[in-house]
Parts: sequence; C-alpha cells; structure tokens
Amino acid sequence: MLELRGVSRYFGGVRAVDGLDLEVKEGEILGLIGPNGSGKSTTVNLITGLIPLSSGEVRFCGKDLAELPVHKRLQGGIARTFQNIRLFGQLTVWQNLWVAQNSPEDHARRGFFSRWLGGQRGVREEISQLLEFSGLADKQNELASNLAFGEQRRLELARALAARPKLLLLDEPAAGMNVEEIADLDERIRKLRGHGVTVLLIEHHMELVMAITDRVAVLNFGQKIAEGTPAEVQIDPAVQKAYLGGAEE
Amino acid sequence: MDFYFGLAQIIGVHTLLGLSAYIVLLTGQVSLAQAGFFAIGAYAAGMLTVLAGWHIVPALGAGMVIGSATACAVGFPALRVKGLMLVIATLAFGEGIRLFFFNFDYQVAKGGVQLGPLGGEGFRQIRFFPENGWSTLEVMLFIWIFVVLVMLLLWWFDRSRYGAVLRAVGEDELAAQSVGINLTAVKVSAMTVGGAIAGLGGGLYAHYTTHIEHASFNILVATFAIAYPIVGGLASVLGTLFAVIFVQGVLIEGLRFLGDWRNLLFGALIVLAMNLRPRGILDAQAIVWFKRLFGGGKRNA
Repeated sequence: MLELRGVSRYFGGVRAVDGLDLEVKEGEILGLIGPNGSGKSTTVNLITGLIPLSSGEVRFCGKDLAELPVHKRLQGGIARTFQNIRLFGQLTVWQNLWVAQNSPEDHARRGFFSRWLGGQRGVREEISQLLEFSGLADKQNELASNLAFGEQRRLELARALAARPKLLLLDEPAAGMNVEEIADLDERIRKLRGHGVTVLLIEHHMELVMAITDRVAVLNFGQKIAEGTPAEVQIDPAVQKAYLGGAEE
Repeated sequence: MDFYFGLAQIIGVHTLLGLSAYIVLLTGQVSLAQAGFFAIGAYAAGMLTVLAGWHIVPALGAGMVIGSATACAVGFPALRVKGLMLVIATLAFGEGIRLFFFNFDYQVAKGGVQLGPLGGEGFRQIRFFPENGWSTLEVMLFIWIFVVLVMLLLWWFDRSRYGAVLRAVGEDELAAQSVGINLTAVKVSAMTVGGAIAGLGGGLYAHYTTHIEHASFNILVATFAIAYPIVGGLASVLGTLFAVIFVQGVLIEGLRFLGDWRNLLFGALIVLAMNLRPRGILDAQAIVWFKRLFGGGKRNA
C-alpha cells in the first residue's frame, strides 16, 4: 500500500533519514521503532509531505507522491497524528472534527455550497459517530484547549479519522499516557484495523508495540537496521545494541 | 442631529474597513493592504457615478468586484510569505496603490467642467448624493444597510464550516494542511472576500465625503483597518463594530474638547483597552457571558 524506496532526508550534514526502504502492506499494523533521533518523525513528515525528500521515492497505492502537496496527500487517504499534539485549541471539539472532513467521499457527496457554507446539521450524524468512538460525546462543545491531556490525544486521533483515511500514521500516540489510557488506545487501534484502516505506528512504548503490531521495523541513525515480527525483532542483536549500547565483542 | 448622522456614516464606513481586515485576520494574516483595496473601490465607484453616470448601487457593486479581483491577484504572491514579511509586502502594495492614485489623471469635460481624478489634487465633485437630493439621514441609512448586510454575511460565514476552517488555519497552519485544508485556497478566498468588503466601503466613503485624494488612503488608514478587529476581538463580527464605535465615537469625537491633547490620550486609551482586554473588547468570554444573560445557552448540536 505504501512503499518507500531509498528515501533520504539531509538537514545540512545530518542524515536524518538515510536510504530507507519500507513497505506497509494493506490491512496490517506496522510498528516503526528506534532510539530518539533515529528519524522516525522525519519519516512521517516525509510521507505526509511536510518536508520534501532529499532523494528517493514514496509511492502510495502505486502512485508517486512527489508532486502532491500536503492536503492532497490527506485527501488521497493518508492521515496522521502529531507527536506533540496539534489541535485547534480555540475551536470546540465538534469544530475540530468538522474542519477535518476533507475526504474525497465528502467532496463527492456534498456540493461545494453545502460543504463550505452549510451549517452543522448535515454532518451531525457522522461527527456523533466519531465522538462516540473517542468517548468525547459529552465534551463536544468544550474548547479543545480545555481538554485533559488524554482527551486531547483521543480528539487528535478522531480528527485524523474524520478524513476517512486508508492509512493512518500515528506518531507516538501513547506518549505521556498512563497504563489504563494505553490499554484504551490499544483497543481503539485494534478497532480501527477491524474497520480496514492500515496503521503505521511509531512508538516508544514497547509493550504496546509488541502487543498490537504485525511487523516491526527498527530505525537507527536514519537507517533500517532490522525488520520482522515483534518476536524476531526483540531478539535481534543489532536492535539490542542500538537500544542498550551493546558490549564490544 | 446631522452631526450624529455624519458620525454614524463615518462609523459605518470604518466598520466595513475593519471587517475587511477581520476576515483576513481570522486566517492569521496581518494585511496592511486593506487601505489599498478601499482606495480602489473609492476611485472605481466614484468614476462610474461621475464620469459614466451610473446609479450608485451598480457602481458600488463594480467597486466590490474590482476590489476583490485585485485582492485575489495580490493574495497569491503575498500569502506565500508570512508574519512580518507579509506585513511589509502588503504595506508596499498599499503604498503602491496610493502612489498610483497620486499620479492618476483621468479627466473628462462634462457640461463645460473638467471632472475626474486629477493626481495630487484628488478627485473632487463626487456629487451623486447631493445631486439626487439625499439627506444626511438617508445617506446614513443607505450606508448602514450595507454594513448590516456585510455583518450578516460574515456572521453566517462564522457559523458555517468555512468560518471554522478560517480559524483553524489561523491557529495552526501545519495541522490545518495535515487535515486536508488547502492553505492557499483558504487564505486567498479570505483575502478576496476582504477585498470586496473594502471595495464596498471605499465606494461608500467616496460618495459621502464627495472628495477623495491619495492621502485619504495612507498608512494611517491601513493601520486603523487592522486595529479595529484587534482592539475589538476576533470572537465575533460585533467586536469590530464595538471597536469602531469606541475609537471613532468615544476617542476621536468624544475627546475633541481636549484639543491637541486628544491624540496623546487617544494612544493611551488604546494601550489601556488592550491591557484590560487583551483578547479584544468582545472576546470569547464576553460572548459566553452575553449568551448566559440572554438565556441562549442551549443552541448547538
């Protein structure tokens, strides 16, 4: 579904991502892990187009994404969340989901006029479902900036889903969450897969990664050092060395 | 009484000027070009009624169209830059327009009199209202019909998805494009609507003063345009109206008895107002308070 071939990004002399090959298959949950600064978030920014590629190629459903601006990639079916939550704080929870309804299905179903200048009535049903899914139904008229941390994370996930993505890039969704919230997140991601959404999960929380991913790719200094099932990756010596700074042999 | 009608005319026109900056400001863009669009609307509408003999309503419409077309054309290159750079770019455009009208001569002889813009002398004799015998009250009401229509339009935008998208872009451009919003289209559309409102305001301004010149559209006017929505707050279109009443009615007219000391106090009061109400006179909290006061707290999904 998503293919990265020889993808590189240099910031001056720093090779943030260096010749990365990665494939996300339809319907799977792929974990992308690696120590801090190994290029995981840069990879997400390269896929969504927030930063241009230095070299290489990103293909989604067979199409080269190089020429597509950020908002077109979303409309093509790639949605994301941010590592440091980026909600529209002065909009309400409801409005945060409303402005994110930019999928091609929404474009096709509603005319220009009703999509932009129509009121809230026409889309109430769909947004209610999203609110239901993220457990924010009773907070719909709160300003997003007034939500608690865990609620903000859930709202950001719901906002990404408002665009009906085929592929969802989650950038450290469990950061700063407690055990219960992580269990909750785990359940939600599984539900998403049940709805046919493919997930690329970037995460430091290993228990979550090992529990829900089908495959895991490991980055270090911008390069892929291992790939395989969670069990395989865990015992890979190169991975252990990258994380623990392995002993000289 | 005519004094108050005259004051209401000024307030109406300045409200349009402020609202033209308001919608652009919602997307987080500070534009000092609004005085330029205001000038274009003023000259265009004035020339159409004086030289082409049009009725004022189609002339105002033409001023709006020309103002918005210019704003759209300026929007594409200008909105590629952000923050202070955009302020400078739009300031340069506004000054460019002013200098254009400083050098713009287009006079036609009508009934033995030369009419039309004459460079630094300005454009005199825009006499549609006096020629047709409109009283000050009638002109004032005419202006306010447009002010109310524009405010209703913007109020409707604010309640629509378009308004929410404008605010989303103003808050976080990175997140906005990541949820699929086309930043260029949204910003340019706001600029275009703003240009139409400024063009309309300019057309009305030209006809009630009957005499315009390049100096009527200087940097001070551009600054006022942007100051109204900032002082009034971006929570609602009413904020801009309150700010214009506060500035034009209370500060400029109300303090006239102070003579030259007025300007000093004027600045001090603006600073004081911004300190007491940093998010504008009518901020989000004030709106919540008003809603509670009038018992309208049960709207929304």
